[in-house]
Amino acid sequence: MVTTLTRAQSAAHAAADAGEAHVWQALTAVADPEIPVVSIVDLGIVRFVRFDAAGKLEVGLTPTYSGCPATEVIRRCVRETLQGIGYPSVVVTEVLSPPWTTDWITPSGRQKLAAFGIAPPAPTATATCPRCASRDTRLVSEFGSTPCKAHYQCRACLEPFDRFKCL
Amino acid sequence: MNEDLFRYLLILGDTNLVLAQRLGAWVGHAPALEEDLALGNLALDHLGQARLLLTYAGEVEGRGRDEDALAYLRDAPEFLNLALAEQPNGDFGRTVVRQWLIDSWQAELYAGLQKSSDARLAGIAAKALKETLYHRRFSAGWVIRLGDGTDESHRRVQESLNELWPLTEELFAPSDLEHRLAACGIAPELGELRPRWSHSVDQLLREATLTRPASSPYPWHGKEGVHSEHLGHMLGEMQHLQRTYPGARW
Repeated sequence: MVTTLTRAQSAAHAAADAGEAHVWQALTAVADPEIPVVSIVDLGIVRFVRFDAAGKLEVGLTPTYSGCPATEVIRRCVRETLQGIGYPSVVVTEVLSPPWTTDWITPSGRQKLAAFGIAPPAPTATATCPRCASRDTRLVSEFGSTPCKAHYQCRACLEPFDRFKCL
Repeated sequence: MNEDLFRYLLILGDTNLVLAQRLGAWVGHAPALEEDLALGNLALDHLGQARLLLTYAGEVEGRGRDEDALAYLRDAPEFLNLALAEQPNGDFGRTVVRQWLIDSWQAELYAGLQKSSDARLAGIAAKALKETLYHRRFSAGWVIRLGDGTDESHRRVQESLNELWPLTEELFAPSDLEHRLAACGIAPELGELRPRWSHSVDQLLREATLTRPASSPYPWHGKEGVHSEHLGHMLGEMQHLQRTYPGARW
């Protein structure tokens, strides 16, 4: 394919790819406002980064929950962060389909959540205590401090903890 | 403008908006902190769904009305929510019965709408379905606990069920526009959803030791804008700020 491109086109493609990589890198610094240890890239809510033919930058974001109040803050943070690295006008597009799933949380995102004291999502009925690693835990409420979390308690160390809902 | 699609989006969006407002009134008043958080979370999800649907409705209408204009600057007869959603909260049991009836309806409706020929509506439905199934776990769990609980809790939820049941007729009684939208693949055929809803509802009522009330005619037709007296009072509170200080922002 590359051989069919002119030298100028190849250069433009390479520049766009480098630009995208630069933007992705910058977005890893945008923290979730409610769980600041993970970035929006860790959570899998950045769906795409692309430049159109005129070089205009567009970023696709998907909400975790349709009513999550953090969504608006995230949108603003993305704009401000990208303005800071030289993209004064960024189009932020909401992507609803396919809907966000906790499967999109990256392995490093899961580790950061656990280290922060939030049990990462898992399709198992029992949650593992992020503090003492005991599996002897109980569900206190399916709804926790934010729309994306449920509330648990560890029977071994007795500490309460949040667990990411599996969605 | 596609008038049918606009009004259909209002039926779906207003039902979520009105229910969110009702649920929001529980914040700080629920019987336990966990239930307070749960009802607040449900309200947020319904509000989020309402925003997506009403924003789309405003775009379909094409007269420059956004989600806020539709939510805060329409009068009760212009709201097309199901009359069930606007019924007062009553006690906690009544709130969870209302919630469970609507969750069970939305579960079937959104599952059907996922296949809508309207891609944007299908996307919203797929997102909302995940939330709805989570809501239903909560509301169905409470209907069982209260129905199969003490004599007093059983009596109260059965009474709430008896009062709210006639309004469930409206969930599956298709209006003319719903017929037309089903014919062109935008909306699911309500008649086809009903047996599945009925089956799941019966199953849970048995588990909750509750009796399914007999069907009876219902007095309000929310989808046509004919509401109970409760909606106007609720909107009075919900819209007060924007009506008194038009365009206020903070």
